[in-house]
Amino acid sequence: MDKTKIKELQELATRVREHIIRMSTNGGCFTGASLSCADLIVYLYSEYLNVNTNNLKDPNRDYLFLSKGHDVPALYGTLAELGFIEKDRLKNHLLTKDSIYWHPNVNIPGIEFHSGSLGHLPSVGIGVAMDCKLKNQTNRVIVITGDGEMNEGTFWEAILVANAYKLDNLVILVDRNHFQANIRTEDLIPLEPLVDKFKAFNCTVNRIDGHNFEALEAAFKGLKYDSGKVNVIIADTIRGKGLPSIEERADRWFCNFNADEIQDLLKELHGELNATLESETLIVR
Amino acid sequence: MTYEELLTEIALKDERIIVMTAENRALIRNMPKNIGNRFIDTGITEQTMIGAAAGLALRGRIPVVHALASFLTMRAFEFIRTDLGISNLPVKLCGFIPGFLSDGNGPTHQAIEDVSLLRGIPNMQVFAPADENDLVAMLPEIINSKSPAYIRINHRKTDYQYNHTPFEIGKAEEISKGNDITFLVYGLLFENTMKAKAILEEQGYSVGLINIRSLKPIDEELILSIANETNLIVTVEDHFLTGGLYSILAEIFLKNKMTANVFPMALRERWFKPALLSEVLEYEEFTPEKIAEHSIRELELLLQKTI
Repeated sequence: MDKTKIKELQELATRVREHIIRMSTNGGCFTGASLSCADLIVYLYSEYLNVNTNNLKDPNRDYLFLSKGHDVPALYGTLAELGFIEKDRLKNHLLTKDSIYWHPNVNIPGIEFHSGSLGHLPSVGIGVAMDCKLKNQTNRVIVITGDGEMNEGTFWEAILVANAYKLDNLVILVDRNHFQANIRTEDLIPLEPLVDKFKAFNCTVNRIDGHNFEALEAAFKGLKYDSGKVNVIIADTIRGKGLPSIEERADRWFCNFNADEIQDLLKELHGELNATLESETLIVR
Repeated sequence: MTYEELLTEIALKDERIIVMTAENRALIRNMPKNIGNRFIDTGITEQTMIGAAAGLALRGRIPVVHALASFLTMRAFEFIRTDLGISNLPVKLCGFIPGFLSDGNGPTHQAIEDVSLLRGIPNMQVFAPADENDLVAMLPEIINSKSPAYIRINHRKTDYQYNHTPFEIGKAEEISKGNDITFLVYGLLFENTMKAKAILEEQGYSVGLINIRSLKPIDEELILSIANETNLIVTVEDHFLTGGLYSILAEIFLKNKMTANVFPMALRERWFKPALLSEVLEYEEFTPEKIAEHSIRELELLLQKTI
């Protein structure tokens, strides 16, 4: 990946983060989790997935499923930047005249399935991957999961079944931002050593820096789709990435900022100032 | 023709059919060799099976999934509601040993709230065949429907071998009309209710009998007409009183601003005594004799009140 491409992706990711920030008011959204996976989604849609505005119904397209769901502002932002939806629609966040709300739904072109209840889409991805295999198609099925989501038993149940059926066309991409909703994962339900866990479940595992486009490129281009094993990429990320004032703060999961704070956060994203945040934003949902 | 023979025939004709199971193979043992890799056993994973069925349906398949009714409808309820209900995907849920058919298993295996739960999901259709012939008569229509559906699988061969009429979704099967008592029944209790009807007829009563078949959508028109034609309606179900057929009748009558004399035979706020099926029917008073006895008693009480 050359430097121009990296810069291009970084700029795109910054614009997606701006959208996330702008959705963090008037009711707010899950800002921290959206910022952690923004680079993953930007990379996949720009560089990897065979999915675009012309092949949304093509059975040979690649599938992306957002299993953790509440990170959907990163997906809305990416889909808007890449022309799947009009950018103006993002202004309809939380308005009944549109379908842009806290969790994904299929009224948004580019979103394959709804989510919000954790631990569901690995199994839905299994069904799609099974059908691709039955039809001898080579599309890839990528499921982005949160790390908190891996508390759910159905996540691990799905991995067992996927490997039983040798679904090497299934990729589990873990947005490892090290936080549950309100608490660090390792302080509540520890997940480490996570690579070992997936290896014990017979997956092919890679662990990378989820904010490094070159690392993402190397990991995805290196995936083997003929191994008979589910591919897992653990992307270490930072919750709130891009905004030092909220990065890795347990109380900045669901954020609903006031208008001045939004302006400050947009400046902070561009390195122009450090935002001072007054809003009480720890809302446990 | 058996359930398995019919399902195999349908699957061989239609590539969209995927037969799935959470390792409950009792009724579909020969399918792996007959339909090959369109038979998918996900192991003891009701939830993952439903999620995978949703994924298959997204790709245009019609998954026919199997598991014990209690685990299918309760362990995987949120997957059914969320992955199939919200998106209205045509997955067919086949629950084995529903109601009294779990006989000696005990309360863990008693699906006696399944009708209540599943009919609460928007788009979900709910069916309960009376016996194997009825199941075979109903299955093609259910699979053809574009909606998700739950079937209380009942593959019992009965000693009377009733020749059921062709099935239409949302229509009940009217076996007979009667002025005194009309039974509304679904599932395996159809057999004993048929026999109860014979007992009552020998004693000179005029007895109607309806095999409900389709609990959702329900045959509202027929039920309303019966309410006007018969003195006493008796609902007979191996289900909790709450949320089943009796509740469905209450909803229909209230919606139509009318009432009727309805005596419910159902399970009231408790699980049933686990034992061999014949023992269960005896203990829980669902034998032909008991159904007849309870119905006569209710009818007599009603007539005394009227006088």
